[in-house]
Amino acid sequence: MPAFDIDRVAELARIRLKSDERAKLEKDLQSIIQYVEKLRELNTEEVEPTSHVLNLENVMKEYTPRDAKVSAHVLQHAPVAEQPYFKVPKVVDN
Amino acid sequence: MAQSTELHSFTLDEAVQAIKSKKTKPLDFYQALRKRVDAIDSRVRAYLNFAEPAAVPQSSNGGLLSGIPISLKDNISTEGWETTCASQILKGYVPPYDATVVRKLKEAGAYIFAKCNMDEFAFGSSTETSAKGPTFNPWNTAYVPGGSSGGSAACVAADEAICALGSDTGGSIRQPASLCSVVGLKPTYGRVSRYGLVAFGSSLDQIGPITKTVKDNAMLLGVIAGHDPRDSTSASAPVPDYVKELERPIKGMKIGWPKEYFIDGIEPSVRHALQEAAEVFKSLGASIQEISLPHTSYAIAVYYVVATAEASSNLAMFDGVRFGIRAKAETLRDVYLETRDLGFGREAKRRILMGTFVLSSGYYDAYYRRAQKVRTLIKDDFVQAFKQVDLIMTPTSPTTAFKLGEKMEDPIQMYLSDIFTISMNLAGAPVISIPCGFDPKGLPIGFQLVGNYFDEPKIFRAAHYFEQATPFHKMKPKI
Repeated sequence: MPAFDIDRVAELARIRLKSDERAKLEKDLQSIIQYVEKLRELNTEEVEPTSHVLNLENVMKEYTPRDAKVSAHVLQHAPVAEQPYFKVPKVVDN
Repeated sequence: MAQSTELHSFTLDEAVQAIKSKKTKPLDFYQALRKRVDAIDSRVRAYLNFAEPAAVPQSSNGGLLSGIPISLKDNISTEGWETTCASQILKGYVPPYDATVVRKLKEAGAYIFAKCNMDEFAFGSSTETSAKGPTFNPWNTAYVPGGSSGGSAACVAADEAICALGSDTGGSIRQPASLCSVVGLKPTYGRVSRYGLVAFGSSLDQIGPITKTVKDNAMLLGVIAGHDPRDSTSASAPVPDYVKELERPIKGMKIGWPKEYFIDGIEPSVRHALQEAAEVFKSLGASIQEISLPHTSYAIAVYYVVATAEASSNLAMFDGVRFGIRAKAETLRDVYLETRDLGFGREAKRRILMGTFVLSSGYYDAYYRRAQKVRTLIKDDFVQAFKQVDLIMTPTSPTTAFKLGEKMEDPIQMYLSDIFTISMNLAGAPVISIPCGFDPKGLPIGFQLVGNYFDEPKIFRAAHYFEQATPFHKMKPKI
């Protein structure tokens, strides 16, 4: 079983774990990873992976611009907004 | 009026007839259900919020479901109504549009009566991970209703609804239907549009009906099924008349009995109820044939790689920028980190972290790709089986309902309660759970009928005949 580095994974997932749940989550995830190791029992070399169960085909369509009139609705439930934008802390430093 | 006290217990079919014949007004059903909710929902806690009386249609639009109240799992988007997936992170989120299923229900004349409690983002098998607190099993409130559509199943079982919709990614319609003694269908993947369903595992999720009878389920599926240009994974296969198909006899039907589903660890009362159900099918002229689905024991391991990978990707959008809550922080990066810590519950974090891990550089092939390959083997098991049989019967859950708190500290034990439901999501096959008995404690038992792709009509037929031959769907919890 590989080394599971919870801090690295939490960083990738953009979650800041509170110290009181970090230990419990680490233990749980180690046991879940241990459980899924079971998949190694099977020889899957010749097997094609399934990402999707139906035989779906690409659907092509024309994109024609139209006014969806949703910008006001969309901003309505943003935690912080300033028409017509979502507002966030400064992203780029000087 | 004596009748109005009973309106809450009507089936969908009965309610449609009552409104059509003008014996009962839509508002009468609304008031009867609200009265029922006021009397018992403090003990069941199936619901999160309700429509105002003004939302009830005054007159019929001529549609099949004219004036009918529908209860919806809270991960199905409703324009103008808060839709939170029972998560703190979506507090205050009001979608600017209706999910396609909601649009179709409204076009058929129905209205949304209430939103149902659920496990947070549908992550769970007991409705205990809801940020709004748990739902309780109407048959015994010391026990869980199952999950994640626990609110949808409990409200139908407790006659706080005429019918409901849930969603099913690994058993989230069927397991609570079984634990609450109602009928729950997970349609073929692609049969029902996912547009407006808050995504969990996009290659697994399906919306489906939770009802008091099989006929009600067939009626509701007929309304919500069909191709949707807004869901590129929805199937173009025509929608049959499911209700018309119900009465076709099942004599000669071959039903498979997969030996891998009757393992040690399954509760004796569940095994016994399944054996009795098989006898009922034999008496109806069907035959039972032992079959094998050899990769069954790998389903949970595949699921907790594939479903968590998809969930971690889908939940990346909850970052405190466009909807829901935002934590106070100085930088955008800290907004993400703090909002996601504050907004997600422990099970959501567990699954996001697991999914992120299996997709991360260096582990992708060892976990995610391997799981996708084993998914192929599980799917092929079903393809092979349906060359021999028409339907497959299995228990829905290895046990009846468990007590609140019993499995909350041990995620693997919780995941194992989905051992019989997950394979059908991985394969994409349609499957129903219907009531078939009670254990010595009086807790419900259900079983599944699995069909070939798009063979919902055959599932409904067999389920309907079984239901007509048995008393379980008429039994109600004393609450």
